[in-house]
Amino acid sequence: MSPRQNHFSPSTQEHLLHRLHAIQHDCLHISRESVQQVAQEFDLPVAQVAAVVAFHSFFHTQPRGRFDILFSNCTSCGYLSGEKNLLQLLCLQLHVTPGETRADGLVSIDETSCIGLCDQGPSLLINGLPITHLDDNKVVQLAQLIALETALPDWPSHWFDIHHTIHRQDWLLNGSPLPREIMLKALDIGRNNTLAMLLQSGLRGRGGAGFATSSKWQLCREAPGNARYVVCNADEGEPGTFKDRMLLTSYAENLFAGMALCAFVIGAKQGFVYLRAEYRYLLDSLQKTLQNCRHQGLLGNRILGHTDFDFDITIVVGAGAYICGEESALIESLEGKPGIPRIRPPFPVTHGYLGQPTVVNNVETFIAAAHIVYYGSETFRTIGTASSTGTKILSISGDCTFPGIYEYPFGISFQQILHDCGAQNVQAVQIGGPAGTLLSPAEFERTLAFDDVSSGGSLLIFGPHRDLLSVHRNFARFFAHESCGFCTPCRVGTPLIQKELDAIAEGRGSAYTIEELQQLGHLVQQQSHCGLGHTAANHVLDGLRKFPQVFSQHLLPHFTARFDLDQALASARHITQRDDPEAHLSND
Amino acid sequence: MTMTTDTIRIDDRDIPFTPGQTIMDAALAAGIYIPHLCHHPGLPPSGNCRLCMVKIGNRSTAACITTATAGQQIRSDTPELNATRKTITQMLFVEGNHICPSCEKTGNCKLQAMAYHFGMLDDHFPQFYPRRELDASHPDILLDRSRCILCDLCVRASRDVDKKNIFTTAGRGTQAHLIVNTPSGKLVDSPIAKTDLAANICPVGAILIKEKGYEVPIGRRIYDWQTIRETGLQEQVELKNKD
Amino acid sequence: MTIDHTTKRKLKLATTSLAGCFGCHMSLLDMDERLADLLEHVEFDRSPFTDIKHCGQCDIGLIEGGVCNAENVHVLREFRSQCRILVAVGACAINGGVPAMRNYFDLQDCLKTVFLHGTNVTHPRIPNDPELPLLLDKVYPIGEIVPVDYFLPGCPPSAEAFLQLLQPLLAGEKPVIVKSQLHYD
Repeated sequence: MSPRQNHFSPSTQEHLLHRLHAIQHDCLHISRESVQQVAQEFDLPVAQVAAVVAFHSFFHTQPRGRFDILFSNCTSCGYLSGEKNLLQLLCLQLHVTPGETRADGLVSIDETSCIGLCDQGPSLLINGLPITHLDDNKVVQLAQLIALETALPDWPSHWFDIHHTIHRQDWLLNGSPLPREIMLKALDIGRNNTLAMLLQSGLRGRGGAGFATSSKWQLCREAPGNARYVVCNADEGEPGTFKDRMLLTSYAENLFAGMALCAFVIGAKQGFVYLRAEYRYLLDSLQKTLQNCRHQGLLGNRILGHTDFDFDITIVVGAGAYICGEESALIESLEGKPGIPRIRPPFPVTHGYLGQPTVVNNVETFIAAAHIVYYGSETFRTIGTASSTGTKILSISGDCTFPGIYEYPFGISFQQILHDCGAQNVQAVQIGGPAGTLLSPAEFERTLAFDDVSSGGSLLIFGPHRDLLSVHRNFARFFAHESCGFCTPCRVGTPLIQKELDAIAEGRGSAYTIEELQQLGHLVQQQSHCGLGHTAANHVLDGLRKFPQVFSQHLLPHFTARFDLDQALASARHITQRDDPEAHLSND
Repeated sequence: MTMTTDTIRIDDRDIPFTPGQTIMDAALAAGIYIPHLCHHPGLPPSGNCRLCMVKIGNRSTAACITTATAGQQIRSDTPELNATRKTITQMLFVEGNHICPSCEKTGNCKLQAMAYHFGMLDDHFPQFYPRRELDASHPDILLDRSRCILCDLCVRASRDVDKKNIFTTAGRGTQAHLIVNTPSGKLVDSPIAKTDLAANICPVGAILIKEKGYEVPIGRRIYDWQTIRETGLQEQVELKNKD
Repeated sequence: MTIDHTTKRKLKLATTSLAGCFGCHMSLLDMDERLADLLEHVEFDRSPFTDIKHCGQCDIGLIEGGVCNAENVHVLREFRSQCRILVAVGACAINGGVPAMRNYFDLQDCLKTVFLHGTNVTHPRIPNDPELPLLLDKVYPIGEIVPVDYFLPGCPPSAEAFLQLLQPLLAGEKPVIVKSQLHYD
């Protein structure tokens, strides 16, 4: 037995991901030696630690710059969403190659998947802190501050401000019950009545899939196990979603109350909030709120004096992996492993964290559950539609006058939503992020509902001047980057879809390319292991069906080489210094 | 095997299964071949290669990780499913560097044999030609990651049978690759032996025993005279005989 | 060999080797006496057997080898435009084959190693005469550059496999490679 067991044991004090974050922060990378050291500390195989490092975009095995900059590449808050390519501009200003650390170690500039700042204009993270509303002027100033090595606390503080713009609030956001009152109510009516209330409310999971919340909690409660866990999925990674960022800022107490309710119902002692790394800057305030809840006796031992109700919450910060939003991948990550989705069934509700029954719910779901218990299920049930009760919070961004957060009763038409946010002459809307549904104007009368068009919260608007093909390329690249690599169809299929779309955009597509995309899309959709693969081709299949001209207008009448022939000679031209006509080829 | 009246139907055959058995295990035990590369009788299933995708109603599912339940109507050997399996095989080919004439595994390679099984004439998709690190550090065993199909068999064999836990996969998407559980990351520093199951289970030429290359002449190699179907069924029988 | 003898005109056949080793051509010649039969029905246009430099209008073009340089691209395109049916013959034409093993390395590193820093290099200089075809960054399968009608795998395909391909083609039918003949090495 390890002598360490009698002393401070990091494995019970600190999460593996947090230890790795600390090393990445201090050393700007995680070296082979650090991996070995961490493996020893946590008594884990060195390969497991190395695999966790390799799995996450925010961990690096080569040093990053002292200023480490990540531009979002989302269609709404990305570096291409303004008039200029801001990433390129900053790289030129600072003489940096994207993805590489400058030789003096001062700065590294790279891109990352959506950072959830889609209503704040082009945005970036610098050493984990967000800077929004970027334009070329700000980028030039930013370059100067970096060149002078000005420490971040000395930068204009308003640059780091994030304003949550709520344009429409309804049942959920209007409510502000005190967490103590919520808990007292639940303790008063008891476990069974609390569960019954949720059942009556018709509440379904807000992540998009829409599993009945009461059923999930009940199944978990009934599943045999030594311990039960409550997990909040705050890994809001679907590009275009940012409502959790607001909820975690303004409704954290109610979130924790919702989790405690769940713990009360299922009999859990431990809960986790799995927070996406892109929202790491929310951690301090969340910890303070947690501490505050403990002081009020809402978390900890003998909650509100109940001798058989002990529950506390730990926040675990992810490290940049969209797949960890998939509940079984999230649990793998919580357990200190790469976030590869598990074989399902069994589902987390019976075999979750550490193999024990676990409820995994979305941030919004827990808050809704808390409010339902406080206000009763009656009102909630009358809002929305028969099968989609209550309200849904949407993150609206893209080509509209009023991007921001909107809470609507289920059943609302997209026509109405687009009108409310000041979107005109809309070409297309992507509901539920790249994994969701692409709607054409002919479908705008459709409604937001689990049995019509479902959404985890993202609504991206593409106006009349938006190049939809570039949107598809952006989405395809996102999935190829975020595929966990476990199964063949998704691992190989997502980069192949990306290649075909690039070929069309670069003028090398033909009718053959369209056929390829169709077949690849269906294969990835039907044969993949998990939800990421099942949905990764939705956008392109929707696009081909609803907006065929977006693709066809770029097609050649005949087949041409599938790569850029002249570009393929560039390397040889460079080393031979040749530029004669024979040193060139054309795809024509 | 315990007697049971419960059966599942695969294509036009009703076959028995034991509670908890997967569709794959039940099928192989009944002499029905469902194509597979990442499944090996006796090792826990993984479900990554997706060659064993079958249809139950309208639902596609991997036979190796789906539990058999009474009355399941499963379609497996259909032109549509076999076309999909051929496409998945082609994906595995273009993703790695599968240049058969230069690979010591040729003739004994399951990926190659799977492609023969589906009558694959070309790779269809553009080649990825990945550059992945080769590990020749071990005196007896070679690890050529550019041929790895990420089937995870060596990972499971080393962990569950050899009890050495030498391999794991790391990295996402097309960056996914096999790593070695040693501080240096090199095979030479691991306790792997050439008699280990992990050193011999590789279906392709990613993990090779050194000084054995081209030992068997053309015409006498495994897939010169038998098919992957026969191998797949044989492995199940071998496991049963061992028990 | 059995061929539809109602075909009056001899079919025109062109062959070439791009980035290949001529092994596929050697294997074609392994048909031995059956070649005589074949020649009753086909006439060779551009081919190493005829030394005709450019491909005229042909019925069938057989391409051995992958595409490694600009000249290969031109030859391949000429074949595609002149041949009604184009066949990728052998591993290299189909997936790059052994020459594609250079794809594991950066082209500039390859050239530097061979012409500048290699052993026994006496006049270090990377050849840059405009007469020399420039190398592509990688060796590519022919199917990534032009559409291909049929594939004949093997390194090389056996003489028997060539017959299985050519007999139906000469008869105007779709060739089917029987699985027992299918091999990639």
